[in-house]
Amino acid sequence: MSTLSGSVSVRVELPAHLRTLSRISGHEVRIDVAAPVTVAGVLDALEAAYPMLRGTIRDQMTRERRAFLRFFACQQDLSLASPDQPLPDAVVRGVEPLIILGAVAGG
Amino acid sequence: MAQVRLLVGTRKGAFIFTSDGTRKNWQIAGPHFGGWEIYHLKGSPVDSNRLYASQSTSWFGQLIQRSDDGGATWNPVGNKFAYDGIPGTHMWYDGKPHPWEFKRVWHIEPSLADPDEVLAGVEDAALFQSKDGGQSWSELSGLRTHTTGSAWQPGAGGMCLHTIIVDPGDPRRIFIAISAAGAFRSDDGGATWKPINRGLYSKYIPNPTAEVGHCVHHIAAHPSRPGVLFMQKHWDVMRSDDAGENWIEISGNLPTDFGFVIDVHAHEPETLYVVPIKSDSEHFVPDGKLRVFRSRTGGNEWEPLSKGLPDRDCYVNVLRDAMAVDKLDECGVYFGTSGGQVYASVDAGDSWTAIVRDLPPVLSVEVQTLA
Repeated sequence: MSTLSGSVSVRVELPAHLRTLSRISGHEVRIDVAAPVTVAGVLDALEAAYPMLRGTIRDQMTRERRAFLRFFACQQDLSLASPDQPLPDAVVRGVEPLIILGAVAGG
Repeated sequence: MAQVRLLVGTRKGAFIFTSDGTRKNWQIAGPHFGGWEIYHLKGSPVDSNRLYASQSTSWFGQLIQRSDDGGATWNPVGNKFAYDGIPGTHMWYDGKPHPWEFKRVWHIEPSLADPDEVLAGVEDAALFQSKDGGQSWSELSGLRTHTTGSAWQPGAGGMCLHTIIVDPGDPRRIFIAISAAGAFRSDDGGATWKPINRGLYSKYIPNPTAEVGHCVHHIAAHPSRPGVLFMQKHWDVMRSDDAGENWIEISGNLPTDFGFVIDVHAHEPETLYVVPIKSDSEHFVPDGKLRVFRSRTGGNEWEPLSKGLPDRDCYVNVLRDAMAVDKLDECGVYFGTSGGQVYASVDAGDSWTAIVRDLPPVLSVEVQTLA
C-alpha cells in the first residue's frame, strides 16, 4: 500500500509481550516504511513510532536480531537473511505481514 | 497513620503490597509486567511515588520502567546500556578472556537526594548512572576499567554487580559488590575505585586471599554508620568497621555460613539478619526448616528465628536482594523465597507471617515506609 510520501504501509505482527509493552491493540500494527522495504527499514520505522521497542527486537548497539526472536513473511523464515534484503512484494503491498515471532522455549 | 509499601520482584512479574502501620492486612497489586523477570524495583528515598523497575527476559532483553505514582502506572524509560569505549575482556569460567557483554540490570539504587538520579548495577559487571529519571544511562567506567577488571570472573549466576550502597553522609562514597570479583569502594562519586577485600578468605580460588576474585553475595550497612559494613559471602559472614579496608569473620554459631541475604535492623545498627542456606550444590535451607538468624551483637552470636516459619519439609532459597526492613518504631523485616512466599515480621524477627504463599519465585524485596 503506497502513501503520498512515497513510503509504503507495512503490516507487522508482534509477539504479545511487545504489543503489551507498546500498547498496541490487535495482533498487527501498520507502519509507514520508506522504499526499499527491508527488515532493517521496518524495524527502524517501528522503533521510531514506538521507542519503547528499542532493544527488544534487535540489540541497540550491534543491531543484531535478538537470539530468541525470528522473522517470517509469506511462509519464509527470513531470520538469517540480510536485514537489508528487500522483503517479498506481498509484504510491500500490505497483503501479508512481516511476522516477528518469539521462539517457543521453556519447559 | 504510617503506611508500608513492599516492592516485590519475581521471575514472572512485579507485585506491590501495601498496608497501614499495623502491617496486618495487605493489599496486593500485580502482576505488573506479567511474564517478565523483575530482578529489582526500588523507590526514591526523596519521592516515594518515584519507583524504578528492572524488567527483562531472554527474549526481549532489558527494559527499565518508571512509575511516578507509587506503582499504579508505569512507563518504559531508557534501556540503552552501552559500555564506555571498547569494553575489552574479562575472564570466563575457563580462565580465558571473554568479551564484556551486557545482559541485564540486577540492582537499581535511586539517589538519596534527587529522584531523577539513579544508579544501576548490571551484568556483565558495570555501574551505570542516569541523571534524567532513567531516560539515558552512562557508564561510570572507572570501575570496569580498574586494573583488575580483566581478571574478574563470573559466579554461577553470572558476573553481576548486585549491591550498591551510597554513604548518606558523603554521597561521593559508594560501595558496590560483584560476584565473583568482590567488593569495591569509590570515594569520588564513582570516578575511581579500589578493591576492599582484605580479610576475605575464599579457599576455592587459586589465591584464597587475593585482592579480587571473591564471591561476595551481598553487603548491608546501617544508614547511621555507613563505615560499618556487613557481608554475606559465598561462604562466611563478615564485617568491616573501617569502610571495607579490613574484614573479620562473624559467622560464629550459624548452622552454615553460606547464604545470600544480609540486612540490618532499622534502629539497632548491631542487629543483623541472615538466612543460612545449605550449599554448595543444594541451595536450600538446612534440615527442611526455614529460619532467619539474628545477631544482636554485630555478629558471632546468632539466634534462630522460626516462629511462624515452616519447620519441616521446606526447601526454598532466599536470594540476595530478597530481604528488607521498614523504618517503623517496631522494625518490620520482610523476605521472599524461591518458593514464592513473602514473609513479614512486625516485631523485628521474633515472629513471622506469610503475606502471600504462591507468587512466582521471588528475586527481590524492597520496602518503603510512607508517612
